[in-house]
Amino acid sequence: MAEPQIIGWQRADGRKGIRNIVLVAYLVECAHHVARRIVEAAGHDDVHLIGFPGCFPNAYADKMMRALVAHPNVGAVVLVSLGCESFDRAGLLEAAQASGRAAELLVIQQEGGTRRTIAAGVEAVMRVRACAHQAPRTNITISEIVIGTVCGGSDGTSGITANPAVGVAFDRLVGEGATCIFEETGELIGCEPLMAARAATPALGREIEASVTKAEHYYTVMGFGSFAPGNAEGGLTTIEEKSLGAYAKSGQSRISGLIKPGDVPPAGGLYLLDVVPDGEPRFGFPNISDNAEIVEMIACGAQLILFTTGRGSVVGSAIVPVIKICANPETYQRMHDDMDINAGAILSGDATLAKVGDAIFERIKAVAAGAQTASEALGHQEFILTYKSFEPIGPACLPVRGRA
Amino acid sequence: MTHAKLLLLHPDDTVLIVIADIAAGETLAFEDLTATTPIALGVGHKVARHALPAGAKIIRYGAAIGSLTQDVAALAHVHMHNLKSDYIATHDRETIHG
Repeated sequence: MAEPQIIGWQRADGRKGIRNIVLVAYLVECAHHVARRIVEAAGHDDVHLIGFPGCFPNAYADKMMRALVAHPNVGAVVLVSLGCESFDRAGLLEAAQASGRAAELLVIQQEGGTRRTIAAGVEAVMRVRACAHQAPRTNITISEIVIGTVCGGSDGTSGITANPAVGVAFDRLVGEGATCIFEETGELIGCEPLMAARAATPALGREIEASVTKAEHYYTVMGFGSFAPGNAEGGLTTIEEKSLGAYAKSGQSRISGLIKPGDVPPAGGLYLLDVVPDGEPRFGFPNISDNAEIVEMIACGAQLILFTTGRGSVVGSAIVPVIKICANPETYQRMHDDMDINAGAILSGDATLAKVGDAIFERIKAVAAGAQTASEALGHQEFILTYKSFEPIGPACLPVRGRA
Repeated sequence: MTHAKLLLLHPDDTVLIVIADIAAGETLAFEDLTATTPIALGVGHKVARHALPAGAKIIRYGAAIGSLTQDVAALAHVHMHNLKSDYIATHDRETIHG
């Protein structure tokens, strides 16, 4: 049988997109409504809304937004500023244009208010969308896919069905040269010795252990581990139990590096994304909900996300397709419209881990080739970006060399 | 029992995972042990593989997931009431809102 061909979009920086999204981005909450109305009035499913709500400057948010406007799945950009916020709108516009995208900026205070900016914004979307449609098409191989994984609404089944099945798919992807990202060091507490043993170098292993120690300290100051009441109702008792279940998503491959939000992995392989801020806790919980983690993996270049859930999450994402893998057979029965893969079939004896892992792999290829995920079909385009601060990664974090 | 309701994930584990709903009063069986559960146990919950003393580390996936705060009988429910994290305390709805 012939493989479905993955034909994506070639970007000027050499990366390739599996979608060709027009982003409308608000640069402060005060511009959110106008930006949303522009998206609604544009009336196309491929026009997505993102934004940063804060008025105060933040280097992390700046880095994230610059990474997002130049993401391989993004074809064009319209920025919406109120006018007095501190976000570096000129710098962001320049970054988007320098990346080869058609990009325009609207400043509400200069346009003359809500109505005029919405009208001008719709016209801007039509102009940049026409440019995005001119982007050259190109074949994409599995080795050019960057894929992230996250779990949300975990229960006692997550760690025995969906998460290890993603691990099986990750091992196949890494074996074929793809770039795989797993994350949330705060949900890997207790796994640090196991991860260090899988690190490409001993120095990387020490960096990984240090990142988990940082996460433990951070969450202790917050007063809560990354453990929601629903986790306990689903049978999980402790953070380390939840962690070990989440850890299964990473599979068995060697860990090639430790990255932070917005860092693009230099080559294929498996990478751990450290999402816990550096320094003393300042802006609250590291990631206030699952989509915050998804956005960070997107900023690292992920074109597609694998989302495992036991209790039943419904979210998707702006910019990238999200494949939802349901761990619990009862949840699948109740919420199957929201799910792409039924890993709970492992518990009812209707499937094996290997079979579900293969089904995930096949689904990735189909979605990369253009098939809609459940959340895409339902119109989910969640997005959230909040305040954080990071130090750059150290030299021991990326022992692998970049692609020639 | 024809359909196994308890799963051993790793040979070193000291808990078994419930993989099909168990009703209150139902008799659980694993290897040569049997016990009647006084409470219903949902999918994803866990029971002791054998009798364990307070202070014992609970092993799941072959790794420690916390320590027992009291003695536990064979095939009895292991959860918030008798197991605590060795890292960060766990909160449920009661301790958050109570």
